[in-house]
Amino acid sequence: MTEVEETLKRIQSHKGVIGTMVVNAEGIPIRTTLDNSTTVQYAGLLHQLTMKARSTVRDIDPQNDLTFLRIRSKKHEIMVAPDKEYLLIVIQNPCE
Amino acid sequence: MAPKTPNKKGTAVVTKKQNQEKTKQALPVSEEVAATNMENMGHPEIYPLVLTTKTQEIFNCRVDEDVTDKQPYKLIKKADIIADFINRAAVSDFYPVKKLVQEYPGDELLLVYDKDFKYGLNFYLVSTEEAKENYLKSPEEQEEQEEPREYKEPSPEDTYIYKPPVSKPWVSLGSEKEIEEETVKESTKPITYMISRKRGQFGAPFKFSDQNASSVKDAYIECTAYPDKNFTLKHLEKEVGMQVIPKVNDTSTQTRWVYPKNATTQYYPREFSEEEKETIGQSKPLIDFLNNMSISVEIALQQNEIMNTFIDDWKSLAEDEGTFGDKTDTHLKEYQSFTDLHNLTEKMITCVSWHPVIYGLIAVSVAVRFSFEERVQFSGKLLLQPSLILFWSFSDPIHPQLMLESPDDIFCFKFCPNDPNIIAGGCINGQIVLWDISAHAERIENIKTGSTRIKKATLKPMFLLEPESNKETMYIRHCAVSSIESGHRKVITDIHWLPGTFEINRMGSVFENRSGISCQLVTCSADCTICFWDIRTQRTTTQQTDKKKEEVIEVPFDVPPTFLHLDLSWKPLCRLRLSKSETTLDHCPTKVSLNDDDASYRTQDKTLPPIKVVKAGESPYYNLEGGMANHLKPIEDFCTKFFVGTEEGEVIYTDWKMERDPDTGRLVPKKPVSLYAVHDGAVHTVQRSPFYKDIILTVGGWNIAIWKEGVMSGPLLQSSCAPKRFTSGHWSLTRPGVFYIGREDGNIDIWDLLEKTHEPAQSQSICITTITYIKPWTFSAKQQFLAIADFYGTLHILEIPWTLSHPSTNEAASMSHYFEREVKHLEYVEQRRLIREQEKKEMQLEMEKKKTPPSCRCYHDANLNFLGK
Repeated sequence: MTEVEETLKRIQSHKGVIGTMVVNAEGIPIRTTLDNSTTVQYAGLLHQLTMKARSTVRDIDPQNDLTFLRIRSKKHEIMVAPDKEYLLIVIQNPCE
Repeated sequence: MAPKTPNKKGTAVVTKKQNQEKTKQALPVSEEVAATNMENMGHPEIYPLVLTTKTQEIFNCRVDEDVTDKQPYKLIKKADIIADFINRAAVSDFYPVKKLVQEYPGDELLLVYDKDFKYGLNFYLVSTEEAKENYLKSPEEQEEQEEPREYKEPSPEDTYIYKPPVSKPWVSLGSEKEIEEETVKESTKPITYMISRKRGQFGAPFKFSDQNASSVKDAYIECTAYPDKNFTLKHLEKEVGMQVIPKVNDTSTQTRWVYPKNATTQYYPREFSEEEKETIGQSKPLIDFLNNMSISVEIALQQNEIMNTFIDDWKSLAEDEGTFGDKTDTHLKEYQSFTDLHNLTEKMITCVSWHPVIYGLIAVSVAVRFSFEERVQFSGKLLLQPSLILFWSFSDPIHPQLMLESPDDIFCFKFCPNDPNIIAGGCINGQIVLWDISAHAERIENIKTGSTRIKKATLKPMFLLEPESNKETMYIRHCAVSSIESGHRKVITDIHWLPGTFEINRMGSVFENRSGISCQLVTCSADCTICFWDIRTQRTTTQQTDKKKEEVIEVPFDVPPTFLHLDLSWKPLCRLRLSKSETTLDHCPTKVSLNDDDASYRTQDKTLPPIKVVKAGESPYYNLEGGMANHLKPIEDFCTKFFVGTEEGEVIYTDWKMERDPDTGRLVPKKPVSLYAVHDGAVHTVQRSPFYKDIILTVGGWNIAIWKEGVMSGPLLQSSCAPKRFTSGHWSLTRPGVFYIGREDGNIDIWDLLEKTHEPAQSQSICITTITYIKPWTFSAKQQFLAIADFYGTLHILEIPWTLSHPSTNEAASMSHYFEREVKHLEYVEQRRLIREQEKKEMQLEMEKKKTPPSCRCYHDANLNFLGK
């Protein structure tokens, strides 16, 4: 198994994780564990939100930068780890 | 102007008149007065005169002698008056009008006696010929008019005689002067100009050019404006009207109106192709990114796993929101009880069912309390009495609302889940009976309002009442019964409607159900068979049914024809015999529990379509198509296994799908998957939990058992033997860990698995005899009832208190945890058992080793290898 697959598998095997996906800088999914339509929807929406969050942080303080974004909703939690070129999105159901 | 001068004349006249009145009877005194005429009164030709008696004598116009009322005038010759002038000169009374007389054109003047002093003096002279003529004519006319007037007096005065307007000469009253003043007359004659051009210039081409007016002399004539003092008026006073209005503002905008057009966009997301994904997936930057990011992501994930930081501790500490009623009250409260007082034999209640839709309506099947020998003995008497299903309503505890007749005692019945007007029941003789009460649906719907009961006011004592007269309940005959030969042979112990999601064909295979409504039944009976029935017309008609149809049985007119096609010819679709392979005795099923069976229990299940009381004629059961199992799509992966409780106390988990026996080639039911003899008496309750599809409660004999479907090693929970036999049981509808057990001494045991699992949490005494049936029902969040039927035929309705009807906050989760733990416990026990067996065998071998001589060791070693696996 390649490293990429291994890492993703490790993340996916955590308790409560519903899905994992890797998206490029333009919002196009590269790797995913969910079905295509859901992936595309998550990728498009979260990409825009991450851009907005990053620009917010940098507007307030240009030296600052976004490192992690966690959105907690009633049903589950969406975690976005941004980078210059990629986004790692994980959806987890935190409580039983 | 006009009024001024007559006033003077008038005053002169008045004064003169006054003087004259004084001196009227006195000697005449002639006065020098100017001739006055009655111009002011519109008669300029009338000149009032005073004539003295002497004058009257001279002219023969003495008052009341010559001049009377009838002939108040006298024509006097002009010559006489002139002679009088000469004779008496100024003394003559005619002196004032001397000039007039002299100028008078005619010969005779008219002198009129003015008796009423209309013109101020006693006589007046008429100065013109015309007026004289008029005057002379008018009295004649008057005389003429008087005559016909006198003649007409006797005629009725009501009739209005139309007199056309008579034209009279216009009498000037001074208005023509005003009109003359107002008319506009041209003061100067208008000037006429005629402008013409030279003939030669007509039609000639012309040329227009511009020139400055001031450059050419006399090119224009100017009338400059100058202030004229004549016209400068100083306006001292001016009338101006004012009105208050709100402040108004005039503005305007212009919009650009664009023709509206429909426009659509369609998009699809950008995606990578597979190869691209692969290449990118292997690229170094991605690997680095993932390595870096996965650490933080895993930290976040673990944080969530450790603890939920967003829990509101206060909220989870609190129990339910405001509890209704006393929390410490855990007793079941008696609400109502129903007994049928009209039937004389002792009856027991065999089955109870709440009406799925109507509030407060509960149906009860009664059977005679005889043992088999007694039934045989009194069979003649039993034939005369109808076997009934009674419908009780909360509003009337004495009279049942409806009574459904059946050919024999009913031991179990069920409402159809899709149409509550159809009821299927199983008889003691093995027949299935169907009723259709759509015709009475409206009656029972309106029971609560009391609109259908007329004779409620009179309450006579019970013994005076006759069974038929004072109540409006009607006996409703059954709609159809199954065929006697091809149905069950012994009492039907359980009947269920199959849910409308699937249907079964002759082989037991499952197909999808196109109609969506339940149209199949499953029954089990003491003749060791389980049958599936279809209420639609069966297409295959054998010769036997043809023969039967020759004997036409008359159906009473008030029975709806819904199931007429089934009446007496109804055969089961598929029959399953529960046989034990070893002996010839077969299993005798008492209760059956299928998958998806409890659809009718969950009244508040929102995923199901709401069940309405269907009006007669609208029910989908009137137009059922025949079994079209050939064209339907089979459902894959359908679990065709079900639980059966038997009379010997066994719980069998078996399959209803038939398989072909390799030896005989016939369809043979499969062998049961598992069989457990757990109970010491007949199993009378096999019921799935309303909360968990795979948890089954079985009650029989002196203990209860809880099973999980799929766990074959044994029951999850098996209680110890109770002091009294358990005779009925039911899960609670709202609390996952609670169920009710009825005992043979009339007590109810309420088990709460979260509280205690080895004994009931509560026990309450309800009645004095065996409880035969328990059925809870939820009407609202605050009202939950428990119907308990006893051996003596009384139905008790109890109200379930708050604590027993409302689950605690994590009850469902706790119960599922409990069941999981029990499953694990069973697995552990199983494993331990294996280990212990192995250990036991090892120990045995050790012991044998010690006993036997070493020469046999190799044999034992071989055995050991074999056993140790």
